Amino acid sequence: MPMRWLRRGLPVAFLAPLLASCSLQGEQSTFSPIGSIAQDQLDLFMWTWYLSIPVMVGVFGALIYAVFKFRRRKDDKLPVQSHGNPIVELILVIVPVIIIVLVAIPTIRSVFRTQSHVVATADDVVVNVVGHQWWWSFEYPELGITTANELHIPAGKRVILHLNSADVVHAFWAPRLAGKVDLIPNQDNQLWFDTNEDSVGIYSGQCAELCLGAHAYMRFRVVVSEQSDYEAWVAKFQKPAIQTVASDPLVTQGRQLVAAKGCIGCHNIGNYTEGMRYGQPLYPDLTNFGLRNTVGAGVLDATPENVAAWIADPQSVKPGNRMPTLWEANDPNRDQETAAIAAFLLSLGVNDSNQALARASSGGN
Amino acid sequence: MATTQPTITSSTRGKLFVRPTWTTGIGSWLTTVDHKRLGILYMLTSFTFMAAAATEAFIMRLQLLTPNMSVVNPEQFNQLFTMHGVTMVFLSIMPLGIGIANYFVPLQIGARDLAFPRLNAFGYWVYLFGGLMIYSSWFLGGAPDMGWVAYAPLTSLSHNPGLNVDFYMFGLFISGVGTTATAMNLIVTMVNMRAPGMTMMRMPVFAWMMLITSFMIIFAFPPLTIAFLEIILDRTFGTLFFVQEAGALPILWQHLFWIFGHPEVYIIILPAFGVISEIIPTFSRKPIFGYPIMILSGILIGFMGFAVWTHHMFTTGLGPVVNTAFSLTSFIIGIPTGVKIFNWLGTLWGGSIRFTTSLLYALAFLVTFTLGGITGIMVAMPTFDAQVHDTYFVVAHFHYVMGGGALLAFFGALYYWFPKITGKMMDEKLGKVAWVFTVIGFHLIFFPQHLAGLMGMPRRIQTYPEGIGLELVNMLSTIGSWVMGVGLILIFYGVIHALVRGKPAGKDPWDARTLEWTTESPPAYYGFKTQPVVNSLDAFWAEKYPESMHVTPPDPAEGRAYDAAGVHIPGQSWFPILGALALAVGCYGLMYDNMVLAVICGLSFIFTIFAWAFEGVGGTHLHFDVAEEHV
Repeated sequence: MPMRWLRRGLPVAFLAPLLASCSLQGEQSTFSPIGSIAQDQLDLFMWTWYLSIPVMVGVFGALIYAVFKFRRRKDDKLPVQSHGNPIVELILVIVPVIIIVLVAIPTIRSVFRTQSHVVATADDVVVNVVGHQWWWSFEYPELGITTANELHIPAGKRVILHLNSADVVHAFWAPRLAGKVDLIPNQDNQLWFDTNEDSVGIYSGQCAELCLGAHAYMRFRVVVSEQSDYEAWVAKFQKPAIQTVASDPLVTQGRQLVAAKGCIGCHNIGNYTEGMRYGQPLYPDLTNFGLRNTVGAGVLDATPENVAAWIADPQSVKPGNRMPTLWEANDPNRDQETAAIAAFLLSLGVNDSNQALARASSGGN
Repeated sequence: MATTQPTITSSTRGKLFVRPTWTTGIGSWLTTVDHKRLGILYMLTSFTFMAAAATEAFIMRLQLLTPNMSVVNPEQFNQLFTMHGVTMVFLSIMPLGIGIANYFVPLQIGARDLAFPRLNAFGYWVYLFGGLMIYSSWFLGGAPDMGWVAYAPLTSLSHNPGLNVDFYMFGLFISGVGTTATAMNLIVTMVNMRAPGMTMMRMPVFAWMMLITSFMIIFAFPPLTIAFLEIILDRTFGTLFFVQEAGALPILWQHLFWIFGHPEVYIIILPAFGVISEIIPTFSRKPIFGYPIMILSGILIGFMGFAVWTHHMFTTGLGPVVNTAFSLTSFIIGIPTGVKIFNWLGTLWGGSIRFTTSLLYALAFLVTFTLGGITGIMVAMPTFDAQVHDTYFVVAHFHYVMGGGALLAFFGALYYWFPKITGKMMDEKLGKVAWVFTVIGFHLIFFPQHLAGLMGMPRRIQTYPEGIGLELVNMLSTIGSWVMGVGLILIFYGVIHALVRGKPAGKDPWDARTLEWTTESPPAYYGFKTQPVVNSLDAFWAEKYPESMHVTPPDPAEGRAYDAAGVHIPGQSWFPILGALALAVGCYGLMYDNMVLAVICGLSFIFTIFAWAFEGVGGTHLHFDVAEEHV
């Protein structure tokens, strides 16, 4: 019998640190932090993990020993009917108290360092995040720009997010940058984090609080770029340009279809018509869509095929979402028209359409 | 020993209807007020609901076997995990603890029934009807889909217009009424009806844990009931408690829910602590180590359980001061819990341990619960919790505590008390095979889920992206669910096997320590033939081995003196089940906007209460042959 316990106890104690050291890294893993907040949270976990090893060894060791040593033997003498031992009991109260103190001190320091309300300085990037069923709106109030599902930030800067919700409770979680904070209707929440100068890259995150429907597909990307790239991105949003390259009739057709099919009834496309604003803030803003890495709130990479597939049949890509299906499955024009709209959307914000297609077909930057 | 039939004298008849006196058949079960029968009904009902919840879990695990499976669609998946949570928490594990208490608390304290037998029956029937009402939603347009915590505003009409939310609210609302009534009943019983000589500090640990649990129920359920009522009013009568367009703060729901919800965790786990505190001493042949500390730590947990609720809300932006305060209270509640684990170890230490299936479950409980406690300390750190809150890490944590903790303890209780309830022994070899499958399957399901959470997998998603490292852990988890499924089926087979061909158990198959083992197996409807008298902890053990406990066993004649006027057996009654039925049907009336039906049922309910009151206790008095010798 004790061998069975040994076989169960040992893997539990030793397998996990082994795994932690090799295979727990990942695109969305808390073991791959890139900012000081996520690092702080990981450090706290590792500290309690190391503390828990002696606890497990002590408790399980004592259990295995007791079960082996005090198993019923053939002679089966009646054991002493001991009701306890005050000294032992006192020690057994003091030991958990010490462990708790060892956990509590770094916890409190960490809470006040990472969760205190911060006031924005001129150097910070401030973004208003609004959660919608089932996508994200990112508004940069100081820059006057709005985008959806992709949060662009410069590397090395502190980022302050003001979180709110348009409908139900959501949670903003980009595990490699920071732990989550909820987006709650009628409540202003704040989340801040920072990145290092060398953190350039694309990091994924998703909604972590049940919001029904397409909750599992309510994903987003955080794009961390060099300061100069970030400024170029901002400039493109402040003056979005619609280009229809004459040599690409597909893009021209797509531009007409966006109006004809009613896309701009819901979605704004910056400068689709000079000085006009389209759509409603309840639906994702498609300005400079060609700069996006993903489509459908982070569900698919923004390749022409994926974007066309998404437009043709949103429910098969992202079940439960609210985008209408505009073509019958047997509509002969469906493939051609969705390809045209995709080509048009992917050209938005890109300097010329060949570059747009080249970028998009390489599967994101 | 020859059993002598007691002479029976009948007291008052019912004023309105003739009171039922069936002793067998369906009518006897519908009208029963016997705590043992109600205990059996509770246990059967909660195991049945558990089977439903397990089925829901298997389907979910199948859906998550690999990325982008389509066994169910997102909407069905939401219904599955909501019903799984609601069932396990409200309809299965908690009523299982109450059911065991119903059966064994009176026997353990030497009482012949609960203080209010008809109220006890009422509590059971509203629990059953509440549960059936929630489950009827599967056939009436879809089950609740907003998670078992039902965060506002997912429950508001604008976000969830179907009836599913109403089924959840009404079903849990009325079953909560039953739970509260039963808790009061247990408190009154334990405070007033203990055997002569059984002081509070001689009461078995299981009974003590149920006493603490009952007090927690009384204080924890009102906030929940109020929260349910607010949603019901919002949805049925158009109030604005949680309507965000009118400026409502949805965070209020979370406070009300978790002020109930965290004590609920202890309402589930304390009976399990009690069960473990019966099993380990019995099979170690030693008294519980540090009995007063055991009781005190239980009371501390009971108090502190009400001071930790916002650790479920660390990510809602309450600020560093609140988060620190509730983090510290959550750490502190770990101390009495840790002390309990040490005391169980101390009980095993120096004992003479017999490895029955029941004890094996207790050992599995110790290991699993310790691991759940360690992750509990981790998620009590607000900044780390910000990473793992609402992820599979938390799913793993609370399954280690509630599944590996409470559920494994209750499986231990099944093997421990089954001989007493049925008079038949369960097969030990079969039980141990089932144990291996159940425990290994359990850890295979839930251990990888810690890693899934840490690697970025939120809970309550019906699919997960490929290529971020979640494939292996989810596959292990699903395979584990099949292994554990085999274990559960073997346990069920073991029960059937024992009922059909189990060996007779006798009064005291385990050489146990507490008073329930002095009764026949199964106990006669009157419980004890002679009123037990107690003069030490572990009263039955002291009677069997007086010199080991340094006590002189009390004289049975003293007990017989208490029964001089006869043993009162309360009369059966139709009113508990009728009242519960009126309540349940009335809720359907409100749900379907049929106010005529609702009013008729409301009036019937009030009428039933009065009829119940004027009916009187009724029943019979038993007179045992005083000359007969008690063995």
